[in-house]
Amino acid sequence: METVWFCLVAFMIVVYVLLDGFDLGAGAIHLLAAKTEEERRQILASIGPVWDGNEVWLVAAGGTLYFAFPALYASGFSGFYLPLMIILWLLILRGSSIEFRNHIKSAIWDPFWDFLFCASSLLLAIFFGAALGNVVRGVPLDPSGYFFEPLWTNFRLGEETGILDWYSTLVGVLTLLALVMHGGLWVQMKTSGPVSSRAGKLAAQSWWGVLALTATVTALTFRVQPQVPANFSASPWGWLFPLLAVAGLAGVLIEWRKRNEARAFLASCAYLTGMLASVVFGLYPLVLPARNPLYSLTVNNAKAGRYGLKIALVWWVLGMILVSGYFTLVYRSFAGKVALDKDSHDDRD
Amino acid sequence: MGQALDVHRLHFAFTVTFHYIFPQLTMGLALLLVYLKTQALVTGDEHYNRAARFWGRIFGINFALGVVTGIPMEFQFGTNWAAFSRAAGGVIGQTLAMEGVFSFFLESSFLGLFLFGEKRLGRLGHWCSAFLVFLGSWLSGYFIVATDAWMQHPSGYRLGSGGEVALSSFWGLLLNKWALWQYAHTMLGAVQTGCFVMAGVGAFYLLTERHENYGRTFVRTGVLVGIIAAPLQLFPTGDMQGKMIAYHQGPTLAAMEGLFQSQQGAPLAILGQPDVEKRRLDNPLEVPNMLSFLTYREWRADVKGLAEFPQTDWPDQIPLLYYSYHLMVGLGTMFIAVMAVAVIWLWRGKLYGSRWMLWIVMICIPLPFIANTAGWMTAELGRQPWLIYGLMRTAEGVSPRVAAGNAWFTLIGFMGLYAVLAILWLFLIYREIERGPEPGGNGYGDVAAAAD
Repeated sequence: METVWFCLVAFMIVVYVLLDGFDLGAGAIHLLAAKTEEERRQILASIGPVWDGNEVWLVAAGGTLYFAFPALYASGFSGFYLPLMIILWLLILRGSSIEFRNHIKSAIWDPFWDFLFCASSLLLAIFFGAALGNVVRGVPLDPSGYFFEPLWTNFRLGEETGILDWYSTLVGVLTLLALVMHGGLWVQMKTSGPVSSRAGKLAAQSWWGVLALTATVTALTFRVQPQVPANFSASPWGWLFPLLAVAGLAGVLIEWRKRNEARAFLASCAYLTGMLASVVFGLYPLVLPARNPLYSLTVNNAKAGRYGLKIALVWWVLGMILVSGYFTLVYRSFAGKVALDKDSHDDRD
Repeated sequence: MGQALDVHRLHFAFTVTFHYIFPQLTMGLALLLVYLKTQALVTGDEHYNRAARFWGRIFGINFALGVVTGIPMEFQFGTNWAAFSRAAGGVIGQTLAMEGVFSFFLESSFLGLFLFGEKRLGRLGHWCSAFLVFLGSWLSGYFIVATDAWMQHPSGYRLGSGGEVALSSFWGLLLNKWALWQYAHTMLGAVQTGCFVMAGVGAFYLLTERHENYGRTFVRTGVLVGIIAAPLQLFPTGDMQGKMIAYHQGPTLAAMEGLFQSQQGAPLAILGQPDVEKRRLDNPLEVPNMLSFLTYREWRADVKGLAEFPQTDWPDQIPLLYYSYHLMVGLGTMFIAVMAVAVIWLWRGKLYGSRWMLWIVMICIPLPFIANTAGWMTAELGRQPWLIYGLMRTAEGVSPRVAAGNAWFTLIGFMGLYAVLAILWLFLIYREIERGPEPGGNGYGDVAAAAD
């Protein structure tokens, strides 16, 4: 049962990264890809109706993690206290900038929110990546099952690690580049004109960085976290996941060159899925490795009671059927490239 | 530890108090939007659609702030209250996750369609989108109240070997009788916020002689729904809430009422200042025997005072709890009076012309926000010193490794950020009110509108 929930939480996190990933990426390239007021409105329109729903995956995944693995939620959230609070502030600033930007047209109002939207998206990508890096590397859990990490210590992988060390920073940069690629491909697909081609170019440029860092970070991960090589040699079928990531990454470039915008974006989804699935596969059964392996949290010592996990499966499946219905409806009504049409603004009749 | 505990409590109290400004208006307006859309559907009058669009814009701004200030609430269970989460996450995590899965997805999906898809959806489709937004926001309220109700009056659980609390009955958690009454009481409070805001804006238009046609609709809608909600807030929901506290949280009732000594035929204190050191109420203005009657329906019934309970089980902020409760009840009573006079004036056809009554309605706008906040403070201060009533004390639930200094750092951060958000909220909503509901204002496109 705990393995089922481990997979379901992982599934929700992957969906979150795929969906909110493209709108974070769109935010990160906002100032670079869009120069004029109209272009900026195009980028915002390409995520406007969906970004809020995408972010709900974070809340829902968080809630699911909470009841399925309460000990992990408690240790992880209190240990990552500072970066999580910073993530919250960034989410607040980002949400406000998307919602408030278009309320007033003024030479100081919208440039301010544009900057805030871009900066908060960029920092969020880095912090989410660094958080993932911390989970993979392991944290200084104490015998009572808690830890507290400062933002940084000496940037080394010793006993007393900080949130940012060379490894987690590298994962943060990789995440930023990967989401720039992902978001760039999304914006290219959803917009038209100069902003679309600029976004596509940014995606292709970041592709090389993604390639280089993927190779580096993967090699380092096998050394930083011993569970990963152990899992891959114990069950070689797990190599399917890294393979998916490689195929996805190759697909991005091939389809981009063929100017097949939708397929390039899907390939990027495959890359992100493959990468995250590799991490999940590599860590199982650990959910939060400790620097001292004795204190690691696993699916077994972090799980909730059996009854709760069983009953939750019923409502969770029901809920997901409903959610896939809503998302189909929303994304279908939002299909195709966005058009900036003054008449479409129906709130003024 | 003592110091860190206080900062963590303040942290949660500050962020949740600020957050609840927004959802109470969201949930109240959601109902009124369905009402306006239904009017539009039934009468076919475009006037009601314009009215709904106007309130939809205000709803959108308010909703966005509710979302961004809401995410920190879920996180804080883990970040600041880790020991509590580790013990009880298997239970309350269920309702919190259900809120995400069943309400937030619904709300976020259909709000976009409601705000920007009116032309495409058609009349009935647009009504449906309003209804689904209403359903999502009211479901969300239920899951949160059920979570809080479990902390007030735990049910459907069993204690594990390691001190953790495991779920043992799903329906016991979800249909906790405390949750049902608390939900009814909370939602009526939200409806009253919606009613007073809508009627107050209508009164503002009538008093300033602008958009008077809409002003009349807003005043009428707010008053007609408000006269139903305001009395129900007091009876039966408030009354039942009080009874449940009397039966399950003895020291809380005594502290709320400022009753230090047990009494047969206990009086109801209308005014007075509790002096906890001397254990008495200063300058009391009391109605004799009333508390006994309200609690037990018997004039001479024995009501237990704080002295009956060990001091370690007393709520730790007795004066604040006492004032929150009295403020809530006082304002709630006043709302009934205001709504009753307004509805009589409306019935006699002189409300729209009565400037002093319109003034009163307008000035009332901030009061339901205060009453709702005071109500939540009564519930949560009253729960002290317990985090889960009878099971876990607040001091045991705090994150063991998060120092006071780190909690202060983030609390100050939230205070700064929320000060800015509060100004933006007032500014943007006032701007919408200034623009008014008439079509053809200085419309400037919205993000998602452009996507249609």
